[in-house]
Amino acid sequence: MLAHAIFFYFFSFVAIISAIMVTVSKNTVHSVFFLILDFISISCLFIMIGAEFLGMIMLIVYVGAVAVLFLFVVMMLNVAQQKNQWFKSSDTSTHIPIGLIVSLIIFFELIIVIGGWKYKPDIIENFSDNLISNPTNTHTIGSVLYTEYIHLFQISGMILLVAMIGAIVLTFRKREGVKRQNYFSQISREKNQGVELVEVKSNEGVKIDV
Amino acid sequence: MFEVSLGHYLTLGAIIFTIGVIGIFLNRKNVIVILMSIELILLAVNINLVSFSIFLQDLSGQIFTLFILTVAAAEAAIGLAIIVVYYRNAGTIRVEEIENLKG
Repeated sequence: MLAHAIFFYFFSFVAIISAIMVTVSKNTVHSVFFLILDFISISCLFIMIGAEFLGMIMLIVYVGAVAVLFLFVVMMLNVAQQKNQWFKSSDTSTHIPIGLIVSLIIFFELIIVIGGWKYKPDIIENFSDNLISNPTNTHTIGSVLYTEYIHLFQISGMILLVAMIGAIVLTFRKREGVKRQNYFSQISREKNQGVELVEVKSNEGVKIDV
Repeated sequence: MFEVSLGHYLTLGAIIFTIGVIGIFLNRKNVIVILMSIELILLAVNINLVSFSIFLQDLSGQIFTLFILTVAAAEAAIGLAIIVVYYRNAGTIRVEEIENLKG
């Protein structure tokens, strides 16, 4: 139990520090790296308390896909040398103290809710105890996800499809001077447009019009 | 102190949520950092769901964490696509200079 506490405090300390560094750091690339560190430590916490499948999925999805996507966009948009100026420009605007006050109020409200929160002791008996009956976490999630939550699962697949199509449609553009295949004109080409039979007279050759 | 309970995880979630909100409010750099703050907020929600799911021995929280993960990935993809298109049109994604709506 002591080791559990030590690991919890270590990983949550790393997570909080890197979350602060995501918002504070001057370089956007460093922010992305701290975001990756944050995701890794939170997924270590998930693995530690027994949600191994979600921890691994967080590693794959967030670190492997989302953070790399962020990194690609940061490098592609050349924003890395746009330095952070949010302390210099603070004299003209009042939004920084207001933002801090609102965020701290939100934080204290959450803490009050956590501190004063109690659930009825008989509510645990109403929950399904499928966490205990099956051998592993992945097994349990699989047996529930594909049976009870199959419609939500398929709807989330549709969400991903829509997001993929939306991202492609948003960033697609036609540029001048770039040669592309036009499938329709390729397929609809016929013999009399492409081939011309010429009878060659001797000693005169053929004039090819380009 | 050494007994890690549900309250510890919820407090961690609250702290990360607040850091995400602060990051949205105080950002003067570019819109990408705002998107990263939104990812932090979703991460805090995931922490809450997973810790409730573990401590109450109910699996629904982990299932819904999977769906939140899906939505977060879709949101990041769409948001980054919008940012790329905006950068192509306007040449900047600094928060101060995005003022077409006169907000």
